[in-house]
Amino acid sequence: MRTILYLIRKEFLQIFRDKFIGKAIFGVPIVQMLILVPAVTFEIRNVNLCVIDMDMSAESAKLINRLEGSTFFRIKFTTFSENEANQLLHRNKCDMVLQIPLGFAKNLGAGKPGRIMASVNAINAVSAQLSWAYLNGVIRDHNMNIAAENPGLFSGSAFSQTDVSNRYWYNEKLNYKYFMLPGILGILVTAIAFLLAGLNLVREKEIGTIEQINVTPIKKYQFITAKMVPFFLIGLVDLALGLLLGKLFFRIPFEGSIALLFMCSAIFMISVLGLALFISTFSSTQQQFMFVAFFFMIVFILMSGIFTPVESMPGWAQKFNLINPLTYLMRINRMVMLKGSAFGDISREICSMIVIAIAFTFIAVRRYRKTA
Amino acid sequence: MNKVIAASAIGRKFGNTRALENVSFDISESEIFGFIGPDGAGKTTLFRIITTLLLPDEGKMTIMGLDCRTGYRQLRKNIGYMPGRFSLYPDLSVEENLNFYATVFGTTVKENYDLIYDIYSHIEPFKKRLAGKLSGGMKQKLALSCALIHKPGLLVLDEPTTGVDAVSRSEFWVMLKKLRQHNITIVVSTPYMDEAMKCDRVALIQRGRLLSINQPEKIREEFGRKLFSVTAPEKFKLINALRSFPGIRTAYPFGDSVHVTFKEDEFDDSIYKHLDRMGVINARITETKAGIEDSFLELMQKE
Repeated sequence: MRTILYLIRKEFLQIFRDKFIGKAIFGVPIVQMLILVPAVTFEIRNVNLCVIDMDMSAESAKLINRLEGSTFFRIKFTTFSENEANQLLHRNKCDMVLQIPLGFAKNLGAGKPGRIMASVNAINAVSAQLSWAYLNGVIRDHNMNIAAENPGLFSGSAFSQTDVSNRYWYNEKLNYKYFMLPGILGILVTAIAFLLAGLNLVREKEIGTIEQINVTPIKKYQFITAKMVPFFLIGLVDLALGLLLGKLFFRIPFEGSIALLFMCSAIFMISVLGLALFISTFSSTQQQFMFVAFFFMIVFILMSGIFTPVESMPGWAQKFNLINPLTYLMRINRMVMLKGSAFGDISREICSMIVIAIAFTFIAVRRYRKTA
Repeated sequence: MNKVIAASAIGRKFGNTRALENVSFDISESEIFGFIGPDGAGKTTLFRIITTLLLPDEGKMTIMGLDCRTGYRQLRKNIGYMPGRFSLYPDLSVEENLNFYATVFGTTVKENYDLIYDIYSHIEPFKKRLAGKLSGGMKQKLALSCALIHKPGLLVLDEPTTGVDAVSRSEFWVMLKKLRQHNITIVVSTPYMDEAMKCDRVALIQRGRLLSINQPEKIREEFGRKLFSVTAPEKFKLINALRSFPGIRTAYPFGDSVHVTFKEDEFDDSIYKHLDRMGVINARITETKAGIEDSFLELMQKE
């Protein structure tokens, strides 16, 4: 025990003696929280519109006004040339072209449907779909108004529509920050526990210190524990720091138990520490480790459900996610923070993470050898 | 005398490369035993087997009465190892490195201070300095202190003086000699022939095989031929001219001169005429005593 404590002290000494890492350990969470949380958002604002109003009627002007009045759209260009509009779309000057053909008002006046056409830049499919949905919303509103202003023009069907009123549970205002922040917290602890711990292990090999250490009576478990514990603790401190920043800057709701959140992150970190140890056993330079670890990080993060729901991934991806510890952590973080889930609600996720943590660590420790 | 290491027919392969082949030797207590050989001869592989970092594929090795395959746990408590590459923590200070190794071996610096005093006292004034910022000679002294801090019975030093200045090198050997009074057996490898003379016994190793094991003096005597030293102002021209002379058996550069042996063991005037014809002027030939390097080259030639 004395040896382990001494070794842990030595690791801390080395971590904080490194002027860059010592600061980065606390700088990274601050930067991640303050930059990523507000920046990574699916909310669409300021969709640049180009309008071709061939009709030039009061009706078309009303529709354009309504679009301009919404927070989503900004009318950047108006033109009469379809060619010019397409050029603008092509050159990325606008995101959407809205064409109101001649006879739009006339058709409406005659009780026929008015036709308009929208061309959307779908380089980014997500934002294209969202702006399309917003446009639909504005036009639906517009339709209701026409019907209300012109009773008798339409048959009663327009009024007897089913009116759906909805409420978004757990995140009423659909605030993306509330959705992203628990996820970013997960990435944060991954970066500390996975990358830093792994690099530290491989560094011993790279600078050759491991060779002399191996010819000492130091036990395998002592060495590994001493390498893991510092990053485990730093990960927990960073998690606390991240939560604090979330509370201070984004007023993130915290419905559940903080202790539960920390416990889950702790289990999670053991599993990624095990994986880091495993990768380090077959890399001999920091560069090799970085390359492999980067691959795992990207796969784990993108498949974890931080951006896109796991449920809509293909079957094989969902199967893979059974061994992706980050998937469980994402779910747990969000459920505990936003929904206030208790231990009983997330016991399945916790058990899965424990199994993964034990498995990863077991494989890694078995592969680790005190030989040249 | 007790055998500290008894190795018989040790072999080790890496893929298709035979790093060690049929290596047998005995090392006695308190002996300074040197392994001499060029880079890639298998010295480091052999040292890794002695230090329990590698297992041999063939043969048997007993170290301090323990088998190297099964006794490694016990052995690691009693072996001091200084790898060829500086392998202390560059971001820890001199003092911290020493304390680290003491703790890892379950001892304290105080407990064995008398053992390292001669060595550590040189660097103690710099104990707060980071190990990475030390000079080559000081790094080497620190590494030796760390390897000795647990009072090992066997000290294994892999090219400890490579990259160290001449003064530090000779100081280092004085320290090694002093360690003998503490009953520490020392196994050392070196590419320097002058250091080989300071060992009690040396083994010449080449391509994974031992060519000869003997006291350095005996190895010199094993040479068994007359050796001549040839000097001339233009050494490069000289060696080419010598090698083109039919009566020459071997000609190797040696410092400022060229060491040659003749097929007939003697020479006559014809060699001077030959050198003259080849444009080598002022050549002087004198008989000399063979050094370890000469013996080594001779043994390699026979291989």
